[in-house]
Parts: sequence; C-alpha cells; structure tokens
Amino acid sequence: MNQQTQVSVEKEKIDFKAFSMHILKSYGMLLILIGLVILMSILTPYFVTTNNLLNIVLQMSVIGIVAIGVTFIIITAGIDLSSGSVIALTSVIVASLAHPNSVPLFVAILAALGVGLLTGIVNGSIIAYGNIAPFIVTLGMMTAARGLALLYSGGRPIGGLSEAFRFIGQGNIFGIPVPIIIFTFVGLISWIILNKTKLGKAIYAIGGNEQAAIIAGINVAKVKVIVYGYAGLLSGLAGLILTSRIASGQPTAGTMYELDAIAASVIGGTSLSGGIGTVGGAIIGALIIGVMNNGLDLLNVSSYWQQILKGVIITVAVFIDVKKNKKK
Amino acid sequence: MKAMYILEMNNITKEFPGVKALQDVNLYVKEGTVHALMGENGAGKSTLMKILMGIYSPDKGTVKFKGQKLKLNSISHALKNGISMIHQELSPILHMTVAENIFVGREPTYGKTGFINHKKLVERTRKLFEKLEIDINPKAKMADLSIANMQIVEIAKAISYNSSLIIMDEPTSAITEKEVDHLFKIIRSLKKKGVAIIYITHKMEELHQIADEVTVLRDGQYIGTDLIKNITKDKLIEMMVGRELKQSFQRPEKVIKDVALSVQNLSVDGHFHDISFEVKKGEILGIAGLMGSGRSEVIETIFGVRKANSGEIFVNGKKTVINSPRDAINLGMGLLTEDRKLTGCFLPLSVMDNMVTVNIDKYTNGLGLLSKKKMKEDCLNQKKMLEIKTPHLKQIIQNLSGGNQQKVLLARWLLRDPDILFLDEPTRGIDIGAKAEIYNLIFDLAKKGKAIVVISSEMPEILGLSDRIMVMSEGYKAGELTREEASQEKIMELCTLGEKIKKSKVS
Repeated sequence: MNQQTQVSVEKEKIDFKAFSMHILKSYGMLLILIGLVILMSILTPYFVTTNNLLNIVLQMSVIGIVAIGVTFIIITAGIDLSSGSVIALTSVIVASLAHPNSVPLFVAILAALGVGLLTGIVNGSIIAYGNIAPFIVTLGMMTAARGLALLYSGGRPIGGLSEAFRFIGQGNIFGIPVPIIIFTFVGLISWIILNKTKLGKAIYAIGGNEQAAIIAGINVAKVKVIVYGYAGLLSGLAGLILTSRIASGQPTAGTMYELDAIAASVIGGTSLSGGIGTVGGAIIGALIIGVMNNGLDLLNVSSYWQQILKGVIITVAVFIDVKKNKKK
Repeated sequence: MKAMYILEMNNITKEFPGVKALQDVNLYVKEGTVHALMGENGAGKSTLMKILMGIYSPDKGTVKFKGQKLKLNSISHALKNGISMIHQELSPILHMTVAENIFVGREPTYGKTGFINHKKLVERTRKLFEKLEIDINPKAKMADLSIANMQIVEIAKAISYNSSLIIMDEPTSAITEKEVDHLFKIIRSLKKKGVAIIYITHKMEELHQIADEVTVLRDGQYIGTDLIKNITKDKLIEMMVGRELKQSFQRPEKVIKDVALSVQNLSVDGHFHDISFEVKKGEILGIAGLMGSGRSEVIETIFGVRKANSGEIFVNGKKTVINSPRDAINLGMGLLTEDRKLTGCFLPLSVMDNMVTVNIDKYTNGLGLLSKKKMKEDCLNQKKMLEIKTPHLKQIIQNLSGGNQQKVLLARWLLRDPDILFLDEPTRGIDIGAKAEIYNLIFDLAKKGKAIVVISSEMPEILGLSDRIMVMSEGYKAGELTREEASQEKIMELCTLGEKIKKSKVS
C-alpha cells in the first residue's frame, strides 16, 4: 500500500502570507519581548546587567505564577478576579504558622497551598454546578477572601517569620533566586499538563466550544473545578513566595495582582473568548510587563506614566487578539 | 372587480457560493388575500422572504410593491414601506416586558428627548391587544410567557406596523387550536381592510381554512400557482416533491444482523411523544420529517444531551440508563450533530485536536501523558481514509471547507469505533462531490456491521441511504416505510400527518 505521509499542500498563492502570519501569530509576543529588551539596553546601560535581568524575573515570579494559573481559566472562556485576595489570605495564614517554634515548615507550606486550592475549588464548583458566571463568582471570592484575610490578621501585618521560611523568597540556589526556580518548575509542569495530557486537551476543547465538548463526552464540570482549583493553588504558592520575600504576612498583599496576571496572560496571546492561550505566552506576557516596569524605572519615568502605558499596552494586546480571532 | 397586485416579484434569482437558492422565481400577491407559499425545507421560501424583507438583495429580477419598483436594502426600509414579518424562529428579548418587545426600536418618547414614555408604551400595547382581542398583560416579562403566547406577541408585533403586506412564517407552529382559530379571525379582518398576507406553512389543513391562493417552490425553482379551491392535497404534494431522482445510490450488499438499539415510548414534554423504533446491526435507518417534527430532539435524548420524561432504551437487548453523552459514548454510540459550527467543531483548535477528542483515553501512556506519535498516526490514517483535504493536521479547523470539517467530525467518532452512529443532517451545506464521498462512507460503515441512524431533510438522500425510513410529524411517529415501498410522496404525506395524530390523541 502506498505510504503517503508526504502531504501535498494545496497550491494556493497565500502560502507565503500564511507562513509569515503563522510565524507572527506564534512568536509575535516573543519578538516584541526581544525588541523591548534591545530597546531598553540601548536607552540605559544599567539594563543589561546580570543582576538587573535576574531582578526582573525575580520580581515577575509572583505575578508570573498567577498568570499561568489564570491562563488555564481564560482558555476555558472563564475569568478569575480573586487571585490577589487569595494571595492575601494565604499570606496571613502562612505567616501565622511560619514561626521558629511553631509547626514544622512543611505544614505551613501545605497550609498555604491548601488554602489556595480550597478557594479555587469553591470557585470552580459554584461556577460549574451552580451555573453562575465566573466573573460574579470570583468577584465574590475576591471580596470574601480579602475580608477573611483582614479578619484573621486583625488588620495588622504578621512578622517574626522563621529563617527557614524566609529562604523561600530570599534565598539562592547556585546563584539563582529560589522564586525563579519555583517559577520555572511551575511553568514546566503547567506546560506539560496543558500540552501533554488529556486534561489539557479537554481545557482547550471547553474553551473552543463548550457544547461540543459536552457532546464529545468531556466531563466539563469536573474539568472546570480542576482548572479553578489549580489556579487557586498557584495563587496560594504565589502568596507563599511573596510573604517570604517581604518577610511579613500582609492582609493587603496582592492588591490588583489579579489584573496584572490577566494582563500578562492576554498580552501573551491568551484569548478572552476561550480556546486560545499558552503557558509560554503567559510567561512572555509577564516578562514584557516586567521589562517595561524595570526599564522605565531605570529611566526615571514616573510610576504614574508607567501605569498609563501598561493600560495602553493591554488595550492594544486585546485589540490585536480580537482582530486575530475574528470569525468570518 | 379584479383585485390589484400589491406585490409582484419577477424572475428572482439568488445565488450563494456553491448553491443556487432561487432561480427565476415569481410571486404575485393580490391585496386583501392570503397567499400561501409552500415547499420542502430548502426549497427557497425563506430566501425569497428574506429578499422581500430587505435582508438579501436578488442577483436578478425585480420587486414591485404597490405598483412601484422597490429596491429594499434593510429591514427597517421594508418596515417603513409597509412590509412586516412574523418570523419562524422566535427571538424575544426575554428580560424585557411584552410592551417593550412589541415596540422595540420605535418606543414612544417624550418629544425628541429620547426618554421613553413608559405610560404611552403600555397604553399603545393595551390598545393593540384590545383591537386584536388578545388577553396578555403588556407589563408581563417576556420570559414568563409560554411559547404559545410568545408567538401571539410576535404576531401582534407584526400587525402593529400597520403594514399592507404581512409575511407569516409558520405562525402556528407553537400555538394551540383555540389560538389558531383566533389568529384566523384576525387574518380575516385584516383581509377585509385590504391587507395582503403571505402565509408559509407545512400544515395542509390550514390552507383550506385560510388561504386563497398557493405558490409552490421546489429546489429554488418556481413550480406553479393556483387557487386553493382548485387544488387537491395530492396535487400539492406532487408539485412540492415531484422531481426525478438523479442521484442513483449504489447500496452495496447489506448484512443485517440483530437489534443493536431499541427505543420504547420515548417522550420529552414539549418536543416529542411516545417514540418507539429499533435499529439493527448493519442497517441504516432514516428519520424523515419537517422542521419541528422533533427528530434531532429524539436523537439528542438517546445520546444523553436531553432528559427524557418517559420511555426506555435498550442497547444490544439490555436496558440502559443514559444521563450524559459520556454514558452514551461508553455504550458505543456516536453523534454527528446537526449544526457543526454550533455543537461540533472546536473552531479555534487544530484538525488533530478536533479529531482525537472522543478517543483521547486511548492515547495516554503509562505516565498519563499523551502520545503525540499515536495521535498523529491515527489522524493521518483517518485523513487518508476519509480523504480529508487539509494541508496538515495542525491546520485550524475553522479554515477548512464545510465538507472537510464534517469529515473531521466523522473521524472523531470513527476513531472511537462506535457500534451505533447517529448522523444528523450529515451533508448539510456540503457540495455534491463531498456528499457522494460521505454517502459511500456511510454504506461502508453499515457493511462493517454498524447500526446507523440518519436524519435528513433531503428526499433523494434519505431515500437513497435508508433501508427503512421512520417519518416523524410534529413530535409523533407518523409511520415507517421500507426502502422498497418508500417514495417522496408517501414520505411527504406522512410528514403532514401531525395535526391528525395530535387530534386523535386528545379526543
């Protein structure tokens, strides 16, 4: 039998155009990141130092981890506004446990992750089984979690954290800051889940066409609970790292982080209408924000202008996304 | 005195890419008459009316309204000129009130300020309802109304434009006999005022009650016009379906074995009642029926997408309970849905991702990770067998042609090797070449021993594919025909039996 694995491409004139469009779509944001790095290097000599570059990644680790989690959610055509508040809740809980003569460190860590996971599962369950819009449910969680954090901490920061705990956010392994190592790990595992597992395919399918996913036998409710749970878990992890870095449990931690995370995800190519997005894209999106913040800081641009610029970039990114995915 | 023609549509031709929707169609409607427009699904009725409502413009031909040549370019243009329409598909604005729905887009305001005068809005609606003797609260929320009442509101809305020509597309599909009589009373009083009505329906009995003339379309062509009093039901059916069957279906030798699926007394309130049938291995069962007959709903219920109110399903002789598509899939079923864009394709995803969806369990290795090699192998295999035209598996499915999209979806189910396959309008919107390919695939699958159920609105297709044909009408099983005894006329006759069945069940 004729082994015809060599597929003949349909002879159309759009071949070259399609190829360049493909490159732009897949690597567009990476090219922009590289472009930004080059631009900043030209504008200020302090940018390209190892120290500075590592600093950028370090600063973006927390938001980057949240961005990866929220990317999973946005791919299913959902949204999560509660990440920042979950960071705060995790922060005060883990800070209250991570004292030198208190419970073992790993218990504190598990508690942090557990809190994040639980809030995510609650979100996902109400969304999937209660059939309520993700925007509303996570908005409620955002308010409730923040309230819980304030309640638990009495509105005050919690200090006195053990040295072992502070290593997580402030230590280095072989010269690389621990948060960056964790960030890399999270990126790797998330990439594997999204691209190499049944669950990952189901996530894309639900975002691509939820009704078709149901008909294809996918347990949509279960997948949604898992997705929101995972995002919650990552928010818990982010809260853990943040608390360790600033060596203090803050009920006000993570304010507005959810928006930064969503911005990073969307800039990285995730589509708010669902079915499109990548872990790599989320990371690149976070780095773009990081490079911009850092570069503009070095150039002494006021942080107010930086905020305006960030808003412009997010709008442009969403505009490009809408244009790209416009259904004929 | 001879009545004047209020509408003259001459030689209307309209083409869409790959499909000739209308060819040289004529329609002449006299004022103060009810002119019925009849034809099968896809005959061109909707397209013709859309041209009249300004939604489409004809490629050739002219439209004359009240003696003036008219070139309509939008719905509001049509409304301003005195043409309004009652749509077949109800699209009420559910969270608004009845009054708001009726006057949406033309709400009475305080002078030119743009602020809506709610009192006047309700008052006008009340007056309208009084005139039409309709008993619905104008302040009621649309969502709280029954489907029947929603249709009545739709009817009132069309009349409120004070148009000279009203198009009514299946206006009685959701309402009961009492309301139908009421509607006819309204229509008769409109006629007296000189209003002309174009009445689209599949219900033959209604024609004799309300229509004066009838025009028949078939396959986009104008067949003829006659006075209702001069035409018989048989003649009408002949005009609607009497075509030569050009496509000769090569039905290969069939090997039909035991019963794979048996459905008993299946019912879903509001959609279909008491449906029983069986399908054997190696057999192709066709389900024919007009729009609204409930065919897709039956299949969806068996597949676990809808919940049944009563009835039982037996797979290979064993009674089963199917609560979700997953249950159906695990029992060896597959479903190719009616609308691939709406419930079939994951449009932003690749061809491969669309294909592996249902069978994905078979591609995980020990670690729970997907084996890209296995997936690619199977997908390339399907691509070859089904002759799917795509430059590569990574191509986004949205960019494929309709026929190829359909093939990818078929491959999705075939990869799972189902024993029972449901195909709902498998060749809808697909060109002749791809259609033939899909027919051969279906015959092949039957030969392999699969039980296949095909829903189709195309007569040649269902006659050519099926070993047996079950005909549904208005939610009831109207009858069953074998391949040998089936004909277009017999099917059409059964399709319109619905009213009689309904009446006999009630009495």
